[in-house]
Amino acid sequence: MDYFLELFVGGLTRGSIYALIALGYTMVYGIIELINFAHGEIYMIGAFTALIVASALSLLGMSGWSLLILAGVIAIIYSAAYGFTLEKIAYKPLRKAQRLSPLISAIGMSIFLQNYVLLAQTSDFLSFPALIKEFSFMENITIMRSSELVIFITTAIATTLLTLFIKFTRMGKAMRAVAQDKTMAMLLGVNVNRVISVTFIIGSALAAVGGVLISSHIGQINFYIGFIAGIKAFTAAVLGGIGSIPGAVLGGLVLGWTESFATGYVSSDYEDVFAFGLLVFILIFRPSGILGKTSSEKV
Amino acid sequence: MDTDLKPFLKRTFSEIRKSSVVALWFIFLTFPIMVMKVNPLDKTLKWRWMNMVYVGIGAFFLSFIWRYLLKRKEMGAAKDEAETWQKRAGKLIRSDKRIYIPCVVGVIIFAMSFPFLFSSYQTSIMITALMYVMLGLGLNIVVGLAGLLDLGYVAFYAVGAYFYALMNHHFGLGFWVALPLAGGLAATFGILLGFPVLRLRGDYLAIVTLGFGEIIRLILENWNELSYGPSGIAGISRPATFGINLTLQQHMIYLYYIMICLVIFTMLVVSRLRNSRIGRAWIALREDEVACQAMGIDKTKTKLTAFALGATWAGFVGCILAAKTTFINPASFTFMESAMILSIVVLGGMGSIVGVVVGAFILILLPEYLRAFSEYRMLAFGASMVLIMVFRPQGIISGIRQRYEFHKGLTEGETS
Repeated sequence: MDYFLELFVGGLTRGSIYALIALGYTMVYGIIELINFAHGEIYMIGAFTALIVASALSLLGMSGWSLLILAGVIAIIYSAAYGFTLEKIAYKPLRKAQRLSPLISAIGMSIFLQNYVLLAQTSDFLSFPALIKEFSFMENITIMRSSELVIFITTAIATTLLTLFIKFTRMGKAMRAVAQDKTMAMLLGVNVNRVISVTFIIGSALAAVGGVLISSHIGQINFYIGFIAGIKAFTAAVLGGIGSIPGAVLGGLVLGWTESFATGYVSSDYEDVFAFGLLVFILIFRPSGILGKTSSEKV
Repeated sequence: MDTDLKPFLKRTFSEIRKSSVVALWFIFLTFPIMVMKVNPLDKTLKWRWMNMVYVGIGAFFLSFIWRYLLKRKEMGAAKDEAETWQKRAGKLIRSDKRIYIPCVVGVIIFAMSFPFLFSSYQTSIMITALMYVMLGLGLNIVVGLAGLLDLGYVAFYAVGAYFYALMNHHFGLGFWVALPLAGGLAATFGILLGFPVLRLRGDYLAIVTLGFGEIIRLILENWNELSYGPSGIAGISRPATFGINLTLQQHMIYLYYIMICLVIFTMLVVSRLRNSRIGRAWIALREDEVACQAMGIDKTKTKLTAFALGATWAGFVGCILAAKTTFINPASFTFMESAMILSIVVLGGMGSIVGVVVGAFILILLPEYLRAFSEYRMLAFGASMVLIMVFRPQGIISGIRQRYEFHKGLTEGETS
């Protein structure tokens, strides 16, 4: 039973991170129908920025929670700035182009950002400081670490805030309008460019949150982490139904648990095979994901 | 004088201000990653202030060029498209036999004499480029013609390569027997993948094919009994030469000519396919699935043939790869490879055969010749992918749409 719970918690941790990254994919897709392949790189840059800032600050003698919060906030700001710039450079000039062009531009951007970090920093694995300290009340609990608890709580808070933001604020309403019909929203006076920028900023910030938390939990990063995480998170977004926010979270969690239980009970070699197998299986029976809306095709 | 100068100065000033803002923004953006560097061993921090200066100056000047090019692109879009020089040159080359024939003859002569003019290293690179031409043309059937976004094309490539490698390893099967069989097996896999994804559309299709590609690679990596795992299979035979013994260099030349023949064969087949009944059905499917079905086209059959025929070429090339390198392992079949082939198709211009050829040469030869500054080559590669897409989103050579025009006296005549 303990083993089962351990796998359950492990899956929940992974799933939460996938969910945080998948939210960015799903929001961008919902609004401009683009698979933002460089999103994983934004997550990686968030983690790197946090590592650099945390190291610099700890040299200055800072430690504990203030270090985590300060490094986290700076990482979020930087990731958001990168997401914003990325959209302006690689996607905005391609708004009217055929559908595959922004995708290629995104792949190019992903290669560029990976190599940029590789050249400016290093190709080695860097050890990431454990920014999340162990809680004293968690000492007797063996199946869960404090960092995992922080990850769940942060994910839950971030998702709730995002849902509230989209449901109740003016900008959220504008986002939904743009997602439904870009031209009509523009005619009604919504500043579409701003909405798209805000979407990228929020998505990137969430990815940075995920990046900082998981790096602190695992303890090492390199320039390549974004690629795999990005593909997995995109899988999660599709699994849950792309364009749907609860879908991204659900997809992330389902993917996390599948991987965790498959590694624990079957074989760790085939972890990714199970993840993608599950995806193929679900899409065959529900072609638009678990929570996706099935819309009939019009001519 | 005074009235002319004022708006000019004003504009210059505002341009400079814009560029300065961009420069400052990029200095801010690249600050932690470019300027600071942590040494994890002795916990020291290195400051590289010079990088900040480079970024600032670079961003300042590049932003001028960027804005200028964007403006020109917008003005170009406003102009009639037929007036662009590429279109005119293309038309001229195609329509005038006096230009067309020497061009083709020149290309053929160059291609035929290539291995004798250049070193065996160059020949080897050229073989790789030709392999990607074939892969691009194959994927072009699926993506460019049928409009099915396939991100797992590399799976079929792997199937072809491993088929020949394993058959050669266990049963000593020769290259010439394995080549058609590899194509057939890849086509079967194409249909196997095609069946479950028939109902999926657009990006769902993309991610499922991506998943399929990864599954094939992971199985090859982990099923040691079948594929010898990550260490791969070595000692695969080169193409048989009918009893003549060749040196390594001669083998390269031999393979080069095989590739030339296969590429010409592929181009012929693809161009014939495009104008055939099934090719037109693919294009119709790409343009509008519902309308296409309403016109009585069998969607299932059309999609499956696209997958199968696309996969066949990947199977062929896989077989050639195994014969060329005599060693394969799963690391050659990652998602990056699929992305590369897709980039060839889109960058060159979707649906256009010449475009795919040009795209393949650019994407394969560019990183090879950029090896001189090897550290920065992937950086430059990624950046040029973005730039080509931003400034020429339709690809380098855009596909030619078939049109029918009615002329007096003629019932119908084909023009560009």
